[in-house]
Amino acid sequence: MAAQETRMLLKYTDEPGYTPDIGCYIKHGGYETLKKALKLKPEELRQEIKDSEIRGRGGAGFPTGVKWGFIDYKSGKPVYLICNADESEPGTFKDRQLMYKDPHQLLEGMMISAYAIQAKLSFIYIRGEMFRGAKILEQAIEEARAKGFLGDNICGSGYSCDMLVHRGAGAYICGEETGLIESLEGKRAYPRIKPPYFPAVFGLYQCPTIVNNVETLCHVKHAIDMGGKEFAKIGTPGNTGTRIWSVSGHIQKPGYYEFPCGGITMGELIYDLCGGLYPGRKLKAVIPGGTSSKVLNAEDRYTGKLKDGTPFDWSINDIPLDFDSFVHVGSMSGSAAVIVMDDSTDMVEALANINAFYAHESCGQCTPCREGCLWMNKITSRMMAGNAKETDADLLHSVSLQISGRTICAHGEAAAWPTESFVDKFRDEFLAKASGNASAKPESAYRLI
Amino acid sequence: MNLKPETLKKIETVIPRYPERRSALLPVLHLVQEDQGYISKEAMEWIAEQVGVEPIHVYELVTFYPMLRETPAGKKQIRVCRTLSCALAGSYKVCEIFQKRLGAPLNGVSDDGEYSVEFVECLASCGTAPAVLVDDKLYENVTPERTENFIKEHVCPNARPQQPAAEAVEGGEN
Repeated sequence: MAAQETRMLLKYTDEPGYTPDIGCYIKHGGYETLKKALKLKPEELRQEIKDSEIRGRGGAGFPTGVKWGFIDYKSGKPVYLICNADESEPGTFKDRQLMYKDPHQLLEGMMISAYAIQAKLSFIYIRGEMFRGAKILEQAIEEARAKGFLGDNICGSGYSCDMLVHRGAGAYICGEETGLIESLEGKRAYPRIKPPYFPAVFGLYQCPTIVNNVETLCHVKHAIDMGGKEFAKIGTPGNTGTRIWSVSGHIQKPGYYEFPCGGITMGELIYDLCGGLYPGRKLKAVIPGGTSSKVLNAEDRYTGKLKDGTPFDWSINDIPLDFDSFVHVGSMSGSAAVIVMDDSTDMVEALANINAFYAHESCGQCTPCREGCLWMNKITSRMMAGNAKETDADLLHSVSLQISGRTICAHGEAAAWPTESFVDKFRDEFLAKASGNASAKPESAYRLI
Repeated sequence: MNLKPETLKKIETVIPRYPERRSALLPVLHLVQEDQGYISKEAMEWIAEQVGVEPIHVYELVTFYPMLRETPAGKKQIRVCRTLSCALAGSYKVCEIFQKRLGAPLNGVSDDGEYSVEFVECLASCGTAPAVLVDDKLYENVTPERTENFIKEHVCPNARPQQPAAEAVEGGEN
């Protein structure tokens, strides 16, 4: 049987007649979980989230319950909750759906989380280009405040927490949580060095702060609703819950697809859910988790041992869509943003496009990233301008290795990994550019740089 | 600098909502830019005073955040997503058509000040690529084939081929 979606977070979003207003949300059972949660102790809720084994959906996949466990309550300082809605990883558009189509689900998840961590104030940091999204969320906050679901004395519980929508202004680095905090403090988004600046200890205004992704906070609502242990039964061990995958690129039915972690494979996603490639085209490469994740060559086989010691031998189509499997194949699931490239793609050109992105987005704080991203961009741009050299593949590789591991934040890796992996996995194409043996691009393929 | 009364009112409301005034810098900058079209030196000094920081602390934000501008955009602002998924779907071609039809160079303004055409990085709409922002409104699936009609419908009903736009500036970062 062809693989199918199992929607939890997106259960109602695309149903005809489902609207983002609070009336519609309440009609569908909305805010009942918040009422239930407010009757429990905050530490009980935190335990449920630990039991649920939810992993962060923003990119790093860090367990949410563990993150919450780092909060320094002894300091006596106010605690802040920030929803990271700065969705900017190229290929990712899942949080947009959740915020635009079902904003109250996010608000409910946030207020449950805020109560669980005893936050004094909560923020939604939304990217500046989502003009309508900010309006939808502000409207939703007004509605929820009017009904007593946020603000003062929430549902008569005595707990109070307000919420602010804060718009970014076009900088990718604000997706990095300490960069986001700097930005929210009214500064340039220069990420902070960790240690000592772990947000749960020294976050916003040097107070304990939790930054969670939109999708993660929506999951909190469902985990509390069904109970953490029950939630952990969805998906596979260590990869719990459903996940929304964004699919784009050379594919018949691009879009967002939700199913339990590990529930289907890359091949099922591409061919069953997304209707396969364009007619007459062959799969060449897949970026599995946003452009920061290492590219996978469709011709390769992936072998090794799983965590429990079971050997695996996968083609690209066999890879289960969860957190751990992509680490096993030398990449990462990142923000679950699959970019499909067929055999009409010039891989040097695709990398040139990606390198232009990271050169534009490096915040400039650390020298290896600031300089390295510009150099990688210059090299791939020059290669595309017809001036490729035989040494470029090695040069690019060497620059990339001098960035990763040498920067304050993960932007270094995010920028270096595409170059490292494109050169590793498509080396012949990089060499062919220099020797003049590169095969011509089909006329149907668009320019990428 | 003459801000509209409603802008001033919004600024007065937004600053005290934050635990620390400096946090209101981005929201205030957005409000001033919406009102004035860009952030002038005079505006930076005024904002610094409102929030209680030095003007340099405002200036460093204006130069850091790509959405903030020191010069006015065209009356209609076209922002085409440049990043991979949109490029795979033809966004370079789309951007080229906008430039030619509206007479604006890449990342510049048309001579009559009416239009600006810019490339921006990933707009988080990759499943409906290419994505284009016209002012504050997002449009999806603006393919090269659809762009001519799109311009007539949503940008400029009388668009006609003008002088070819000036040569595109590649890799502005270099």
